[in-house]
Amino acid sequence: MLHLTAGRVGSRLASRAAAAFSVSSARMASTSHAVSDVVDMSKPLYWDRRDIPLPDRAFKESLTAADQSLKQKEKGPWGQLTKEEKIALYRMSFRQTYPEMNDPSAEWKTVVGGIFIFLGITGLVVLWQSIYVYPETPPTFDPELQAKQIKRMLDMRINPIEGFSANWDYEKGQWK
Amino acid sequence: MSLPKPVMRGLLGKRLRFHLPIAFTLSIISAIAFKYAVTEPRKQAYADFYKQYDSVKEFNAMREAGIFESVRPTGE
Repeated sequence: MLHLTAGRVGSRLASRAAAAFSVSSARMASTSHAVSDVVDMSKPLYWDRRDIPLPDRAFKESLTAADQSLKQKEKGPWGQLTKEEKIALYRMSFRQTYPEMNDPSAEWKTVVGGIFIFLGITGLVVLWQSIYVYPETPPTFDPELQAKQIKRMLDMRINPIEGFSANWDYEKGQWK
Repeated sequence: MSLPKPVMRGLLGKRLRFHLPIAFTLSIISAIAFKYAVTEPRKQAYADFYKQYDSVKEFNAMREAGIFESVRPTGE
């Protein structure tokens, strides 16, 4: 029954972890909504991901007139751009900087809390099972029969060198 | 605005030159530790056990305990 518990918890953890990873690593920003929030997956998408330094398209697709004039200025020598203009051009191409992208979120608290909640629920389920589902334990689990089993193991000299019977003092008839 | 150019080459080599000696040393140390903490005491325990082992006496003790099916205790 312990194996079952571990398996159920493991599968729950795996699905939680998969959900967490898929949410955190792919923060998609597509400004090309047509009707509702449906994303056109056949066109290049923008991704903020550590391992994609140059996403498939720029972040801002529809530029205002001011943005477009800035883009024209970008075609000239870059030394003539002011610092604010360079930052504005950056923000046109990218949604987050690398430090912003890598900032830790508080999501781990949700994940750990969810894990504990599900562990608790599983514990309650196991408790209910042990009361209402499992059959009677065999008589060999009674203390008298367990003592008889131990005596038989000692008589058979199970692991007399380093293991079980090594801890029994045969002269005195007691544990060492 | 003039940052130094980042290191582009030899990254794996540098990592290996740092980590491989450590890995080898730790492995060898753990093997030696296991040998002297586990296998040598175990060999000694077996040697000590069999120095004073009287197999006939042990057999008779087991026989009297009644665990064998081919030889019953001397009383029966």
